[in-house]
Amino acid sequence: MLTWRRLHVKVRAAHAPLTSRLVTRQHAWTHGHLTSCLKLSTSTALRKDFFKDVETTFVEMKKKAADALPSSNWSPFYINPNLPPERADIVIVGGGVMGWSIAYWLKKMENSRNGMRVVVVEKDPVYTQASTVLSAGGIRQQFSLPENILLSLASADFLRNVNEHLNVYNEDPVDLQFNQSGYLFLANEKVAHIMEENYHIQSQFGAQVSLLSPTQLQERFPWINTDGVALASYGLENEGWFDPWSLLNGFKRKAISLGVIPCTGKVTDFDYTVTLAHMYDQDVMVRRVKSVKVQMPNSPEYQPVECAIVINAAGAFSAKVTEMLRVGSGDKYSIDGIPFPVEPRKRYIYVFNCPDGPGLDTPFLIDYSGVYFRREGLGGNYIGGASPDEENEPDAGNLDVDHDFFVEKVWPELAHRVPSFEKLKVTSSWAGFYDYNTLDQNAIIGVHPLINNMYCATGFSGHGLQHSPGVGRALAELILKGGFETLDLSVFGLDRIMKQEPVLERNIL
Amino acid sequence: MRLHDVCPSRPAVEPVMSAHFMAGQPWRFYRTLHRCGKHSAPLWAPARLWSSSSESPPLHTRALLFLTQRFYDVELLMGLNSELKRRTVQWKNSYNSYARQRLGMNIALAHFVLRLKGGFRYVGQDDWFRVDKRGKFSWDFLNHKNTPIEEVDLSHSLINFTGLQSLEGQQSLRTLSLRGCSQVDDWFLARLHIFQNSLEELNISDCPQITVGGLAALRNLRGLRYLDISSLPRISSPGLVVILLEEMLPQCHIVATGYDLSMFQDTVEDEKEIKEQGKTDNRTPGMQ
Ligand SMILES: Cc1cc2nc3c(=O)[nH]c(=O)nc-3n(C[C@H](O)[C@H](O)[C@H](O)COP(=O)(O)OP(=O)(O)OC[C@H]3O[C@@H](n4cnc5c(N)ncnc54)[C@H](O)[C@@H]3O)c2cc1C
Repeated sequence: MLTWRRLHVKVRAAHAPLTSRLVTRQHAWTHGHLTSCLKLSTSTALRKDFFKDVETTFVEMKKKAADALPSSNWSPFYINPNLPPERADIVIVGGGVMGWSIAYWLKKMENSRNGMRVVVVEKDPVYTQASTVLSAGGIRQQFSLPENILLSLASADFLRNVNEHLNVYNEDPVDLQFNQSGYLFLANEKVAHIMEENYHIQSQFGAQVSLLSPTQLQERFPWINTDGVALASYGLENEGWFDPWSLLNGFKRKAISLGVIPCTGKVTDFDYTVTLAHMYDQDVMVRRVKSVKVQMPNSPEYQPVECAIVINAAGAFSAKVTEMLRVGSGDKYSIDGIPFPVEPRKRYIYVFNCPDGPGLDTPFLIDYSGVYFRREGLGGNYIGGASPDEENEPDAGNLDVDHDFFVEKVWPELAHRVPSFEKLKVTSSWAGFYDYNTLDQNAIIGVHPLINNMYCATGFSGHGLQHSPGVGRALAELILKGGFETLDLSVFGLDRIMKQEPVLERNIL
Repeated sequence: MRLHDVCPSRPAVEPVMSAHFMAGQPWRFYRTLHRCGKHSAPLWAPARLWSSSSESPPLHTRALLFLTQRFYDVELLMGLNSELKRRTVQWKNSYNSYARQRLGMNIALAHFVLRLKGGFRYVGQDDWFRVDKRGKFSWDFLNHKNTPIEEVDLSHSLINFTGLQSLEGQQSLRTLSLRGCSQVDDWFLARLHIFQNSLEELNISDCPQITVGGLAALRNLRGLRYLDISSLPRISSPGLVVILLEEMLPQCHIVATGYDLSMFQDTVEDEKEIKEQGKTDNRTPGMQ
């Protein structure tokens, strides 16, 4: 590989005026080595801006000249090299952590190399709005549904061995920056019994959690004010937080090295057929996607990608994708009138500094009031927030942060729980969208009954990052093997949505 | 639903290949080999995957393609090599439930430690059981079925997260030395909570994989009196880390040598400044 790169550099040097053409051609021919090519082409970024500009103009000029030569494949129609392929087996809408995890697992499970063509379509390659990079990065086992507990355990196992899964030959290993600090849930008298029941379920499924009385809590975490706490549960293992970027990039890099085709563009429409079918005791229209219309960024150009299967991993905006197929637009009383129950809900995260705070000792603390916080780095910084009441949901049209929310709703609770936080100073903040499932705040995983070749992996409502490795594997199994194998996630299927039967977590909040 | 049922455009999977893979999980090595073989075909034949340009590639591109193919073999060998290493580690750390059931926890652990070329000491005895230079050991420990083990020295061994399972249940383990263990990582440290009531002395110096994220988990070791974190290469600001650890484990004596002391001072001051300013980059919120 090294020699190959060196050679490549030489070739680059020798054909300097043709550089950009060569690089694109390399892309086309050795898509398995896309990453190394990318690396080479970014090396110019190190040079001074001025020279860079001059060089690019020069290169472009030369390229135009070369294109005009008779032997070139120049055509009067400009062909955008970033266009997705015209045909693919599987198109994944959304290149967040979920999309790339699914892409990775599909490729890992495929029978032969390049046995199927998987395309991941992402509209925003720098991820300004994707929940993945705006999340708090936490992973916990403390759920009440066995499926969620098992998903977390599977994901923890994946993260522990992340470099066995995601290492790419000749590249740096993935560094997740995992903080093994655990989650600490605090319950008041009203919900203590729920916490206890959850604890038993968690232990039964192999999670290492311990219950603490207020006295024990005080002894173990001397900086906590235990007023109002009746019971606490603390995760000893496999819980903490990590860097979401590293996981996302790890999945992406590995998937590309296995042959997944990344594509920048927005899915705006579908070409589909409709047939009449009888299900849930009614006659319904069942769609089948024939091709996905991918709109290229900053241009009116688009490409239809013919495909066999579409995966909806568009996060908070996954309902927009099903709307393009007119799901939910039917008669109000039929199942075709049930909208896809995922909507963006804005959540704020505040970064604050408190030199006298609990320091390295801080777990990911979740109070029964709904307020949470965790440590951020070693410099006395913390991040925290809370979910607003159902009636006071902020407008999800933008990502602006409401600072009054911190002062009115978050800070008082923080200072009550940790007295040293009375003196905290907010240093920054951001907002992100929960992919909020309005039916039951749990994942939606499986094939859509009304779109018979669309699989969904969305609606995670605030715990999608940690479940991405497990869900990716499960969905790949569902698609390639015809059913769940390692972990049965059929409770999260879309059947419950059609029947409007929520599968709820028993929360202490 | 199978893929080729629904997508006529897709090249059908050869039945022989799929038969191999449908029949249970194939060995990973085989899969890599197979991938390697499959890959060469589309590289040579100018089968177009992309919509632009249609001529055959120029000579130097073909040469490069040839090389990449040869390098696939090298890559495969390298992959095989690391796979073998990984297997050795896994094998050494495998959990012997048979021995544990038949001979008891203590004997199973004694054998496990000696197999990893470590040493141990029983409660109430002064002598250590260790392997000799050639990796041989005496089987005297078979006489100590009911004596619990108090000290374990696994320095410079291959113990990893899986191996920790063999130590589970040792209620009187007081001292554990993991000096220079290449496989000991943060997940390992988090797992040490299984000795939360007994462990008093822990040496994790020179472990190349440990980071601050793992040290935070040591808070669960409530009886810890002595902790050696010398020469951990992945700790970037050792001065600050020691201060934070002392805050977190007030009853514990912390040893941290082997760090560059001049840098040590600098970093403490730098970090203090950061602590006061408390600036976090807003553009990369999820980052630590
Ligand atoms: C404030 C906050 C804190 C959180 N904390 C945690 C936590 O501690 N632990 C945890 O596990 N989870 C947490 N989450 C939840 C987690 O971030 C999400 O569940 C997870 O990231 C979902 O991943 P995704 O890939 O499905 O969605 P996203 O990351 O949102 O990715 C979807 C992608 O699809 C793209 N897309 C959408 N529509 C189209 C289209 N039409 N065409 C092309 N591309 C499209 C978008 O650009 C986006 O990049 C948190 C979320 C928020 C907002």
